[in-house]
Amino acid sequence: MPERKEKYKKVAYYHGCALEGTAQPYNTSTRAIAKKLDLELVDIENWNCCGAMEVKNVDPEIQTYLSSRVMSLAHNGMGQDVVMAPCNGCYHNLKKAEYDIANKEKSREVVEKISAKAEHPTYEAGQVETIHALDWIKFGYGEDELKEKIKGGLKGLKVANYYGCMYTRPRHIFPEKDQGGDSESTSKPHYMDDLLAIAGAENVEFPLKTACCGGAHTLSDSDTSTKLVLNILKAAEAAGADVIATECPTCHSGLEMHQIRALKRMSAETNVKIVYFTQLLGLALGLSARKVGIHENVSNAIPMLKAKKIA
Amino acid sequence: MRSVADIGKALDAPLPESDPAAAATFLLHSGEEILEHWLHAHDKAPTDEQKEGFRILALHRQGAKGEPSFNACRETARELVYHYNLITLDPANKDMPQRLSMMRLVANHLYLFVSGKMEVDGLGEFCCSSKPIRLNSA
Repeated sequence: MPERKEKYKKVAYYHGCALEGTAQPYNTSTRAIAKKLDLELVDIENWNCCGAMEVKNVDPEIQTYLSSRVMSLAHNGMGQDVVMAPCNGCYHNLKKAEYDIANKEKSREVVEKISAKAEHPTYEAGQVETIHALDWIKFGYGEDELKEKIKGGLKGLKVANYYGCMYTRPRHIFPEKDQGGDSESTSKPHYMDDLLAIAGAENVEFPLKTACCGGAHTLSDSDTSTKLVLNILKAAEAAGADVIATECPTCHSGLEMHQIRALKRMSAETNVKIVYFTQLLGLALGLSARKVGIHENVSNAIPMLKAKKIA
Repeated sequence: MRSVADIGKALDAPLPESDPAAAATFLLHSGEEILEHWLHAHDKAPTDEQKEGFRILALHRQGAKGEPSFNACRETARELVYHYNLITLDPANKDMPQRLSMMRLVANHLYLFVSGKMEVDGLGEFCCSSKPIRLNSA
């Protein structure tokens, strides 16, 4: 643990595209927390797309290359050995690329060939460790230290923690998970629960924390996505949650968007709010709602948070 | 076997709260039935075997073979089993209405995912869009 604390204190920050667009509040709150906790985020310069799902579905080897370039920039260009990716899509893709490069000859060949053509050093497996924002705070700052730093906290706030799919699946690209001890679980992830509990929130029993939200079909098959999201929102409400905490830009915007669509198209009203976990942690650390970008969310949690004297 | 649409309608109907065990069994069987539809649609005969003491888990495993994105509903099937145990092992619990209501939502999620995926095959591919590596290592 102390080793990780030292290692994660200064990380290469790969925010990816979503955090510059729809998930700007996630970016804002992550940076605000870093400042508050004295953790250093070093932006990766000249970063590129991780390959998202679009490239991956057309040619998974090209996606592996694209993600490998990001890791190469961190390692060879910046001398960093840890990349922190708060977006589940980026995190997942970098992990997949790491797995491919370590295990598949063909992937290594493609990465080497394109890297040579693009005239940058080829990424080799193991040169960096990719972590999620949850790992970064849990181990880079430390749970005991976080407890001491919390001001006011989230007392009285009931939270359903929604991790979505890409944080834990497929299991074998996350070899560090399911290792017992303080490792993350792929069937019942708990790092977000742990951090928000430290911040004073009451985590509700939420059985759909990794259930599909229909994210990939949000445009092509909106009705299916809306029904899946509506069911997640209803389950969170049935569990007594005031808010759903998220750690994935796709999940977050999907929940926000389909909450509105469910009301408009199906007359199905749900009132649970959707907030990034970094925003909740920021509030618990004494940062203002504006500082963590709550006002930028589509889901308006401010009146509820004010009523509970959290914002 | 009920049609997919009839399973959906049944999940919307009131549950017999006076008999929690019967309600939980009904929800578990609804989950099994929707998985049977998935298997029939893929020309597979649904297994009668059990995994970890439950047929639904064996059915899910069978459904995910060669179709890694079907694992997107693995935990949902397991949550259904968890709630079944929670209800049937302690049917007099004061939280029974809440537990039944949550089990219904879990069953409904399984229904929505599987029926959605039967219409749009790519559902669940997002998380499992590293499909090639999963297939290679299967």
